[in-house]
Amino acid sequence: MEPPPAALAARAVAQCVGPTGPWRRTVSNKVLGCDWIPGCGSLVGAPGSRVAGPGRRGRGPGHPGRRCRVTVACAGHVGARITWARLSQLRVTCARPSSRPELGAESGASRSVGLRMRGGQGAARAPVIQFTNCRILRGRALLREDLWVRGGSILDPEKLFFEERRVADEQRDCGGCILAPGFIDVQINGGFGVDFSQATEDVGSGVALVARRILPHGVTSFCPTLVTSPPEVYRKVLPQIPVKSGGPHGAGVLGVHLEGPFISREKRGAHPEAHLRSFEANAFQDLLAIYGGLDNVRIVTLAPELGRSHEVIRALTALGICVSLGHSVADLGTAEEAVQSGATFITHLFNAMLPFHHRDPGIVGLLTSDRLPLGRHIFYGMIADGIHTNPAALRIAHRAHPEGLVLVTDAVPALGLGNGRHTLGQQEVEVDGLTAYVAGTNTLSGSIAPMDTCVRHFLQATGCSVESALEAASLHPAQLLGLEKHKGTLDFGADADFVVLDDSLHVRATYISGELVWQAEEARQ
Amino acid sequence: MRLVILDNYDLASEWAAKYICNRIIQFRPGQDRYFTLGLPTGSTPLGCYKKLIEYHKNGDLSFKYVKTFNMDEYVGLPRNHPESYHSYMWNNFFKHIDIDPNNAHILDGNATDLQAECDAFEKKIKEAGGIDLFVGGIGPDGHIAFNEPGSSLVSRTRVKTLAMDTILANAKYFDGDLSKVPTMALTVGVGTVMDAREVMILITGAHKAFALYKAIEEGVNHMWTVSAFQQHPRTIFVCDEDATLELRVKTVKYFKGLMHVHNKLVDPLYSMKEAN
Repeated sequence: MEPPPAALAARAVAQCVGPTGPWRRTVSNKVLGCDWIPGCGSLVGAPGSRVAGPGRRGRGPGHPGRRCRVTVACAGHVGARITWARLSQLRVTCARPSSRPELGAESGASRSVGLRMRGGQGAARAPVIQFTNCRILRGRALLREDLWVRGGSILDPEKLFFEERRVADEQRDCGGCILAPGFIDVQINGGFGVDFSQATEDVGSGVALVARRILPHGVTSFCPTLVTSPPEVYRKVLPQIPVKSGGPHGAGVLGVHLEGPFISREKRGAHPEAHLRSFEANAFQDLLAIYGGLDNVRIVTLAPELGRSHEVIRALTALGICVSLGHSVADLGTAEEAVQSGATFITHLFNAMLPFHHRDPGIVGLLTSDRLPLGRHIFYGMIADGIHTNPAALRIAHRAHPEGLVLVTDAVPALGLGNGRHTLGQQEVEVDGLTAYVAGTNTLSGSIAPMDTCVRHFLQATGCSVESALEAASLHPAQLLGLEKHKGTLDFGADADFVVLDDSLHVRATYISGELVWQAEEARQ
Repeated sequence: MRLVILDNYDLASEWAAKYICNRIIQFRPGQDRYFTLGLPTGSTPLGCYKKLIEYHKNGDLSFKYVKTFNMDEYVGLPRNHPESYHSYMWNNFFKHIDIDPNNAHILDGNATDLQAECDAFEKKIKEAGGIDLFVGGIGPDGHIAFNEPGSSLVSRTRVKTLAMDTILANAKYFDGDLSKVPTMALTVGVGTVMDAREVMILITGAHKAFALYKAIEEGVNHMWTVSAFQQHPRTIFVCDEDATLELRVKTVKYFKGLMHVHNKLVDPLYSMKEAN
């Protein structure tokens, strides 16, 4: 991906002043961005158009109802003129391309180019869909509002009405259901027989299978997780799991979560002892040597009590990788220092860490620590399957720090397979009902409760509000990964990844980028 | 004038909504025949809007062939500000009904040339064939739209600076912070509303009682601009009991006695379902 252009040129604004005045142009120039965000007002075709003024390309003064030819351009892409008849409103917003184009532009300046004429018909290509008769999760509350979607993004209907003077092209009745942002699972080791930590020749299709099979559970984005593995596995597997947008083929891949091998021996849980590592010798270089590279990596779980962890944490944070504390015997002081170095997450709170003690709360104490960097709070994953954590413990954590709770499944390949023996990383796992153990022991080995089950259990166990439960599975993981502008939310401009739920929070349908990607059987009539 | 007095706010809102509904349906709007409606903002018409939305949702009333013209809008407030009149109309009315966005006209308080915007608005009203029914409210100082005391009774759409009374009354929408309340607004003139073929003024609440008294029991006076409608051939004042508190008992008794006549305007309540 080539680096973005150095500077954005001046903004071009042209405004037609109704039937009598000439078409006034303030500045006409090109160079907008090359990362097109569809759905922000009227989309004017693909990158490669130039905003023109009157006289140059338009046929004289712009008038509503008259034919006008307009082109819009952007740097790096030239060509593609678009002809419009009966132009009423044309608005284009462009942004600097980001380094993760698949997820849409997350950073950079944006310039708005508006071309407005009164009267005439709308000119955007993508149809506007209005989801009616529903309650949507917006602004931390469930509102009785309609959800408007265009071109894969959530649309502001007021803006559509007053600026573009358009109504919906299609209305879909949601039968009184709840529309929540699609769930985001940041810790899932596999499922449906697929084990992400197994170095096969075709990891891609395994990831794709899981991505498709988690759609019925409301998950629209996820982080495939690799447990502690030997270096060969990382070298083979990591390059085969690229970041990818979701769609009818399956949920989007946000990046890989590497859980281990830099974890504590005593708290390794189901991770194989033989492959544990430390980075005492060369800190970040050791880490790179084991993983082979950090492309496609989004989260790394490590134990902060390991020597030189601070350098490693700082290096990872500088690369934009989220550092999580887990499988550790760290005390509170060590954990706080790790957060000050950049750690932002705790991997499955309570599990694989020292238990809470009133004189040294350990990692659990981060939830209420007063030594965290200003303006930041810690996020923590919780497996709400009814097995990994006692409901009372779930409630204590939720009440102490509800804003940071992130629901994860920590699902293993046995998810969706039923009772019996299956593999997880380098080990064998035994499934019995909703519980999975390391074969032959009493050590829990990940969960097999899908995300929607976790959300329902969380709601019932904590007695929290429906909004809280839904945010824990969508908004909070998005905030953890810095994606809250586009994911985990139904705010205007966000990606239209959402899930249709009935009042008991069972999934009726899943949408990615405004497209229906899964629907429950009964709903299909 | 007709003075329609109902017992409380809800009944007054319902009566007004029924009247508007009947007027639209009896007009038989269609492809070449749009019904033009003037609309107000504020807390008074909220109940009326809710009822109209209810009629629409029941399938009894469609706004497909209705054109609307709002009375006013603040100057300088961003269109998507929660207190702008665009937001008010969208949230309380437009988003619930089937009006064509091209037919919903609201003054643009952020236009580069405000007076030109006002002139264009007058022109649009003219091009639409004038207003069939202009619905309005009344301020505590007796103003209609933002035609503050002292406004010419033949004024047209223009920019107005708001009176202190109005700013104080509106402060509650801006967290009680006077500095946040806009000081200027674009408003239709008294003359503009007088040009409508029919005018309906909604007045509810005891705080409007004195203004109602000044508007209908005293003379036509530019200090109480609603009084101009004493000279309009077809005006209806719809109010609740509380709003009549400053009127003479004789006036109230007379008009209450006419309720059986007034009610014929809303009963039977027509429905577009029958028309089809």
